[in-house]
Amino acid sequence: MDELTQGMPLVVFLIIGTIAVASSILVVAMRNPVHSALFLLLTFLCVAVLFVIREAEFVAAVQVLVYAGGIMVLFLFVVMLINVRHLPEERVMSRFWKGGFAVGLGIFILFAALVRPGVYHDPNPNTKELRTVRTYRMRNVRQADGTVIRKRVARPRVVGNSEAVGMMLYRDYLVPFEVISLFLLVAMIGAIIIGKRELSADEEETTPAFILERTETEREVKESFSA
Amino acid sequence: MPSTEAYLMLSATLFAIGLVGVVVRRNMITVLMCVELMLNAVNINLVAFSHRLASLEGQIFAIFVIAIAAGEAAVGLAIIIQLYRAKSSINVDEARTLNG
Repeated sequence: MDELTQGMPLVVFLIIGTIAVASSILVVAMRNPVHSALFLLLTFLCVAVLFVIREAEFVAAVQVLVYAGGIMVLFLFVVMLINVRHLPEERVMSRFWKGGFAVGLGIFILFAALVRPGVYHDPNPNTKELRTVRTYRMRNVRQADGTVIRKRVARPRVVGNSEAVGMMLYRDYLVPFEVISLFLLVAMIGAIIIGKRELSADEEETTPAFILERTETEREVKESFSA
Repeated sequence: MPSTEAYLMLSATLFAIGLVGVVVRRNMITVLMCVELMLNAVNINLVAFSHRLASLEGQIFAIFVIAIAAGEAAVGLAIIIQLYRAKSSINVDEARTLNG
C-alpha cells in the first residue's frame, strides 16, 4: 500500500460506517415497512463493505447473496402479501417506549464501556493467516537425540480467502456445517407448515379431489395430535 | 486502517439500535428486521476479531450466524402471515395468547 492509499480504508470505514448507522436508525424510525426494508438493505450492503475492509471477502459475498438477495426478498414478499394499506391505523410505538430507549442506551453504554482503547487493537495482525490453507502430510522427522519418528507436518499454502474458508468449513467444521444444513431443512418444513392456510368453502369447490383428500387426512392427523 | 475498537463501537451502536427497535416498535415485520440488524452487528464483531486474532474461526461463525438468521427469518415471516390471517393485524400487542 503506497502513500496515497494509506489512509483509504479509514476514510471508507468512516463514510460507510456513518451510512450504516444512519440507515439503521431509519429502519427503526420508518412508518412504512417497505421503507424500513429498503433501509435495511442499505445497512446490509454497508456491512458487506466493512467486511471487505476486514479481509473477509467470502463472508461479504455471502452477506450480499443471502441477506441482500434472499432475506430481503422474503421480507418484501411478506410485506406485499400482507398489504400494509389495509392495516388499521395504530400508534407506531409501543406503550413502554421510554423503557425501550432506556434499555438500548444502557446496553450501548455497557458495550462502549467494555471497549478499552488499545487493548483489542493489533496494528499489524498477521492477515496472511486469513488466506492460508494448511495441508497435512506424514513425514519422517529426525528428533534432537537422533531417533526418527513419523509425524504429521503442516504445510501452509497462501491461497485466497474463499478457498481458505472453504477448506476450514468442509474439513474442521464439517459436523457443525451438516447440523446447519439440517437446521435449514427443519426451518423450511416449519415455515411451510406454519404458513399453510385452511381452504375456504369457495376454494373447496374448485380444488381437485385428491388435494381435498390430502387436506382431510392432514386435518385428521392434526386432530389426533391435539386430542 | 480502522482500529478494532472502531469496529466494536460500530457494532455496539447497531446492536443498540436494533434492540431499541425490537422493544419500541409494534409492527411485527419491523421487529423481525431489527432482530436481523442485531445479528448483523454480531457478525461485524466476529469478523473484526477474526482479523485481529488472524484466525478464520470468526468468519466461519459469521457464516453460521447468517444461516441461522435465514432460517429464523423464514419461520418468523410464516408466523407473521399466520398471525395476520388470525387477527387481521400484525401488531405485536395483539398477539397475547398462544392458541389462535
